[in-house]
Amino acid sequence: MKEHLYNYILGIADNSLILGQRMGELCGHGPSLETDIACTNISLDLFGQVRSYFQYAAKLAGDGRTEDDIAMLRKEREYVNVLLAEQPNTNFAYTIGRQFLFDIYHLLYLTELQKSKDLTLSAIAKKCIKEVSYHVRFSSDWVKRLGDGTEESKQKMQEAVDDLWVYTDELFHQTEADKVMITEEVGVDVTKLKEEYYTRVSEILEEAGLNIPESKWFQKGGKQGIHTEHLGYLLADLQYMQRTYPNMEW
Amino acid sequence: MATKDWPLWEIFVRSKNGLEHRHFGSLHAADAEMALENARDVYTRRNEGVSIWVVESKHITASNPENYGELFEPAQDKVYRHPTFYDLPDEVKHM
Repeated sequence: MKEHLYNYILGIADNSLILGQRMGELCGHGPSLETDIACTNISLDLFGQVRSYFQYAAKLAGDGRTEDDIAMLRKEREYVNVLLAEQPNTNFAYTIGRQFLFDIYHLLYLTELQKSKDLTLSAIAKKCIKEVSYHVRFSSDWVKRLGDGTEESKQKMQEAVDDLWVYTDELFHQTEADKVMITEEVGVDVTKLKEEYYTRVSEILEEAGLNIPESKWFQKGGKQGIHTEHLGYLLADLQYMQRTYPNMEW
Repeated sequence: MATKDWPLWEIFVRSKNGLEHRHFGSLHAADAEMALENARDVYTRRNEGVSIWVVESKHITASNPENYGELFEPAQDKVYRHPTFYDLPDEVKHM
């Protein structure tokens, strides 16, 4: 039970960690000062959530591991984030598309996690849900602005949605830890979120004047630690300081 | 796009209920809705506010610094216009 709960927490937290790192890459590189700060704020929100999850996971592990160890010192195959989260900031449309496709899921997920019988997880979910509601507002607005903007912005936004679409189905795959945690009434049954997810996503895409991709083929593997080529580079950035100067602190 | 840069907006933030909105700074945004979101991210991320107003900068009419003399100097030597000749009760705040 404890091991399943530990793995279950990692499954939630790794999404926020990896997506947070991606958004953090825009610090100083955003398309405008205002969007730069907005993206970095989202990154910090996500890292804050990650800390709550990993502090709890470290306590469960009970073997001297700290939140930092869990965040920084695992190998690539030991990260269980969804593939969507690790996709690169190819251009601003990809950044927004990735955030949007994750945010809609994230809000649905946390809404359910609030009902968890695990009081720590339900408390974290209650705290995070306000932040994530804003993320949804931010990314949905930008999808509409870009989709309903110029010829060029529409084309780029459509490309990003089309490319990232193959990573959406994985959000609704159950892991072993999921199955155990659902029977304990601790975890969320993600398969039940799928229909509502695609309804909400489609509404926004339609409002943005974008086509809803029809792809029937989807990528998977992130939840089992089998990642796209992008994650290794991201981890090299994320882990560099801890690997080079072990145990360093700010 | 007609112009390359987004228009400039002036941002007013109310720090807490009961106080007035104060000018915090300015930023660029494509429209009022985006100006509000940008202001939220740029000016209130350290818990500075409970309410935000945005006004497009072009709608503000400002006094001309060249008119400083006629507008403001006459007030400088009229100390009796300040409410300093009586004691304010402690309960009156933000004066």
